[in-house]
Amino acid sequence: MTTTETETVTLTIDGIEVTAPKGEILIRTCERLGIIVPRFCDHPLLEPAGACRQCLVEVEMGGRPMPKPQASCTMTVADGMVVKTQHTSPVADKAQQGVMELLLINHPLDCPICDKGGECPLQNQAMSTGRTDSRFVETKRTFPKPLPISSQVLLDRERCVLCQRCTRFSDEIAGDPFIDLLERGANQQIGTAEDKPFQSYFSGNTIQICPVGALTSAAYRFRSRPFDLKSTPSVCEHCSSGCASRTDTRRGQVMRKLAGNDPEVNEEWLCDKGRFAFRYLGAKQRITRPLLRDESGQLVEVSWTEALRVAAEGLLAARGNRGIGVLAGGRLTREDAYAYAKFARVAAGTHDVDFRARPHSAEELAFLQTQLTPTVTFAAVEAAPSVLTVGMDLEEESGILFLRVRKAVRKHGQRVFTLGQWSTPGVEKTHATLIKSVPGAEASVLRELSVGGELVDALSATGSVILVGDRAAEVPGLHSAVAELATRTGAQVAWVPRRAGDRGALEVGAVPTLLPGGRPVTDAAARAEVERAWGVTLSAEPGRSTDEILAAAASGALSGLVVGGVDPHDLADPAAALAGLANVGFLVSLEIMTSAVTELADVVLPVAPDAHRAGTYVNWEGRHRPFAPSLDGGGVLPDCRVLDTLAVEMDVDLFTQTPSAAAGDLDRLGPYTGTFTAPTERPGSTPRPAQVGSAVLATWRQLLDDGALQVDEPALAGTARAPRVRANAATAERLGLTEGGQASVATDRGAITLPVELADLPDGVVWLPAHSPGSQVRSTLGVGHGALVRVTAG
Amino acid sequence: MSDILTPVLTSRWAQENSWTLETYERTGGYRAMRTALAGHPDQLIQLCKDSGLRGRGGAGFPTGMKWSFIPQGGEGAGAKPKYLVINADEGEPGTCKDIPTMMADPHSLIEGCIITSYAIRANFCAIYVRGEALHPIRRLRAAVAEAYAQGYLGTDILGTGFDLEIVVHAGAGAYICGEETALLDSLEGRRGQPRLKPPFPATAGLYASPTVVNNVETIASVPYIVAGGAEWFRTMGSEKSPGPKIYSVSGHVERPGQYEAPMGITLRTLLELAGGMKDGIPLKFWTPGGSSTPMFTAEHLDVPLDFEGAAGAGSMLGTTAVQVFNETVSVPWAVMKWTEFYKHESCGKCTPCREGTYWLVQILERMVHGEGTESDVETLLDVCDNILGRSFCALGDGATSPITSGIKYFRQEFLDLIAEQPAVARPEQLADVELTGAPA
Ligand SMILES: Cc1cc2nc3c(=O)[nH]c(=O)nc-3n(C[C@H](O)[C@H](O)[C@H](O)COP(=O)(O)O)c2cc1C
Ligand code: SF4
Ligand code: SF4
Ligand code: FES
Repeated sequence: MTTTETETVTLTIDGIEVTAPKGEILIRTCERLGIIVPRFCDHPLLEPAGACRQCLVEVEMGGRPMPKPQASCTMTVADGMVVKTQHTSPVADKAQQGVMELLLINHPLDCPICDKGGECPLQNQAMSTGRTDSRFVETKRTFPKPLPISSQVLLDRERCVLCQRCTRFSDEIAGDPFIDLLERGANQQIGTAEDKPFQSYFSGNTIQICPVGALTSAAYRFRSRPFDLKSTPSVCEHCSSGCASRTDTRRGQVMRKLAGNDPEVNEEWLCDKGRFAFRYLGAKQRITRPLLRDESGQLVEVSWTEALRVAAEGLLAARGNRGIGVLAGGRLTREDAYAYAKFARVAAGTHDVDFRARPHSAEELAFLQTQLTPTVTFAAVEAAPSVLTVGMDLEEESGILFLRVRKAVRKHGQRVFTLGQWSTPGVEKTHATLIKSVPGAEASVLRELSVGGELVDALSATGSVILVGDRAAEVPGLHSAVAELATRTGAQVAWVPRRAGDRGALEVGAVPTLLPGGRPVTDAAARAEVERAWGVTLSAEPGRSTDEILAAAASGALSGLVVGGVDPHDLADPAAALAGLANVGFLVSLEIMTSAVTELADVVLPVAPDAHRAGTYVNWEGRHRPFAPSLDGGGVLPDCRVLDTLAVEMDVDLFTQTPSAAAGDLDRLGPYTGTFTAPTERPGSTPRPAQVGSAVLATWRQLLDDGALQVDEPALAGTARAPRVRANAATAERLGLTEGGQASVATDRGAITLPVELADLPDGVVWLPAHSPGSQVRSTLGVGHGALVRVTAG
Repeated sequence: MSDILTPVLTSRWAQENSWTLETYERTGGYRAMRTALAGHPDQLIQLCKDSGLRGRGGAGFPTGMKWSFIPQGGEGAGAKPKYLVINADEGEPGTCKDIPTMMADPHSLIEGCIITSYAIRANFCAIYVRGEALHPIRRLRAAVAEAYAQGYLGTDILGTGFDLEIVVHAGAGAYICGEETALLDSLEGRRGQPRLKPPFPATAGLYASPTVVNNVETIASVPYIVAGGAEWFRTMGSEKSPGPKIYSVSGHVERPGQYEAPMGITLRTLLELAGGMKDGIPLKFWTPGGSSTPMFTAEHLDVPLDFEGAAGAGSMLGTTAVQVFNETVSVPWAVMKWTEFYKHESCGKCTPCREGTYWLVQILERMVHGEGTESDVETLLDVCDNILGRSFCALGDGATSPITSGIKYFRQEFLDLIAEQPAVARPEQLADVELTGAPA
């Protein structure tokens, strides 16, 4: 992009001369001067509407006063403009008072029971700009209330000031125009079409930007008053975007989460998972006391001393026997992940450590090594002329990045290409060109397109970006194809993992081939730096990957496992993973909730969820996102502390007693300065063409699904997309499926039965949500993306 | 007396089957089109400017200037398709000139559309007709079909290489859809609410392309200007408001109807043309151009009814919907009825109009019911002050006109209402008519 000098204009506001960039909206210029003009419909991230008329000011242009007061939220600044706000113009002041009185005539006196009361722009501005009494003695307009417009969002039409922020957000930002204005005049109201609820992954934002209490969430409604809340800045734990959020707590409980304002990352938005999925903190599955398996095979609560002693003894024995493997999981802060990486090397004496709790490959690891120094940011994605997504559905797997791409499409016509299987809502809302591929053949498809043509031309434009999701690891050769395309076009590559902890864990060495800072285990000089810092001797042989660790555990080649937040059902072969967990001699689980791992563990050590811990997520951009606990106490400790204490019991020191100690220890090491080469694997064999009654499976996760952290939030679950089997019309016909009828997708392990919906998939392909109610692909079918499945009607 | 009239637009109305192509052509129709298509578009724009034609939809914007705002040439907005949109929504209370025009002489509008489209280089024209006006819509559609059949519409019109499609679109009966940007949204299939300006329709109108929006009467005047020339057009009316104009006289006159006269005619003359006040009952108040134009009284009988004259006397020419009320009519009651209309038609987009009309109606209804209070008149005026010039579009402004002008000229009547308790007696002449809010 070319940077041009921004043109400026000079104007006067309330007697103060100010220089402003040409095109700036007047109300923003006022803000920069500290002059706050009251407003309702105005929102800096939405297109101007000029609907509420609260922001009227007097304007003089070229020495001539404009005949009417002007809406400062729609007017752009101009040279020589003279502006008088309510502070210096009786006309502006009267106009604002007048609009305020009108806004209040139909507003109910709900403040004492309204969620917004105490943090309400209408309340506040009625105080600053309103009369002390109303002259309105007539009948107020009433509506039945509340009106559920989705299972999560409830609408109170009496409180609504019809500013259209919610409808503009849904239409412009999210691209889900499921709410709109209905009727007219004083009967105008927000509403939804019949049988079309407000189903949007971003609906919660409307609640936050509603300037009154007209939109409330089922989750928070009537639960608290703003002045009873303690607010802590936080970072969302649900994906790798690292959105700034605010956690509001009351008497030791999280009451709600709000989006923080971070222009560089999430702007002012959150996805609904980030906003509403926090009930897991109080779920019955939560573990807050150490558990030990007794002789009868039951887990029983024990003291920390006893649990740590047993765990240390078991691990020491395992280490002395065939060794220990460490599975860290993808939900760790960099401090906690570092503790796992160091625990593996120092206490367990192994490189058998891996954070990847999902399908993975050696090729992926080679690719990740080239991603240690990230170059792409949200801003770079927004500015990119073209974007290609590989191995990810933006909206389902990285909601906030999806909003950024959509913004770029809307604002400057960014071209989006999606390597995938069907025109998902996310594909449509980014007006993406779908590069269709049979599942598993993505690498070959990309290689063919790398020869030249539209995609190469688009990505060759300076600043273009290729976004690679962690699902790329499910397709052999895909990372290599991406690397080749990047070389060919000069496009920048960014790895966008799904989970919040993945990048941090990679950077701190929670992988079998790398030490902290990305130092290769095989690089003697790099290894020596770590050996000096830690006071240990390290093997020059890389360790095993997650799958290999579990296979070794299953075969008895490993005697002990330390497992962080890993769900075996997320792995490529859940059955094999469970066999490893079941067969290993000694299993220590660090968990926040009971899980398939705790069920098999010998010792379970509770660890702190985000609300109770401090730490730093490293988001996909490589940006550090530090946060402090939003709740005190809770009797749970962060992983780094638990591992530190466990190591002490094993007679070694990790120096990770606290997150900040861990960070200090880690930061002393600094980054690796060497370089890596990209993987060059050939594409795997393309899946066989489907035979009669069979199809190739495409599958990925939906944003709202059966994820462990989404438990106990039925209102949120109610806004999830319904699980469906998808196929194109020809394939459906060949398989005997009818739209709306049931289809069964099966392997020898099991079957998934869901209603059929037609979509534009390639011939011979069916799609399933990977982890939704009634559709647990890996654990039920034992296979995943690119596998051959049998499909029958009914 | 009748030599005051200048039947131009209305010249064919009395002909038998005046709406047919046959009648239209027999009486000189579609000749201007031939002249126009033989010339250069820019000549037509200049001609329209020279004629001084001003928009007949209410605001009186110079039509030639509006056309010249359409960006031409292959660059930027000029490269986009251009559109002509005819505003036939005719919703202003009292206004009834466009519907008779389309009923009696639809081809004059169509010919005007062809000439205008050629001038602004549009190949698509939409005529947005008020949905309730079923009969005119049928007439217009039939006329459009005739014009297509005759080769006056479609591709390569009369071998000139000029193409034009005309679509007659039926609205859904919302006053706000007469506001040009709301009309465009409605035409695009959206909710009819006014758009933020800028961008103006001339650069981003229908489907974000350069668009001219003109009233029916404006465009129906165009063939006559092409045929008669700018000079001829200027022989009627005044320097700044030239041409003939259809005055829709309604209410308490002996012969209500459409009177086409040069701009600047007075009510006194119009009343004479209309046979005087009905039953000789004296004039009390009247609107020069619909209810959105502040009312006049008998004092204003000699105000010249052109844009400058009406404005100079504190009102507006509006749509020249001259609604005449005699002494039997209660001003507060009439004002209440008008305000009920604005409340019903407010689109709801902006606070002052949406909430203000909701409030004003309640105050007026209460007053007319004899439950007014001392402060009501001041509250009415102040609420109007908070609407006028504060609302998003001119509908809100218009809603205040009846109230502020009614109180200006008949304040005592409002005060009497309050004093009498219960006050307003139902006008005797209307005793058998159901009057909401006016109990006997
Ligand atoms: C509330 C409102 C209603 C209007 N209704 C009409 C209408 O019914 N017909 C019309 O021609 N203009 C109407 N107008 C004016 C149009 O916005 C616009 O000025 C006009 O169509 C331009 O055409 P002209 O230049 O030929 O007059 C209305 C304006 C407002 C604010
Ligand atoms: S619900 Fe809230 S955000 Fe939406 S229009 Fe009403 S006041 Fe505005
Ligand atoms: S003044 Fe406001 S509410 Fe009234 S019609 Fe215009 S935009 Fe709609
Ligand atoms: S904030 Fe400017 S009109 Fe609403």
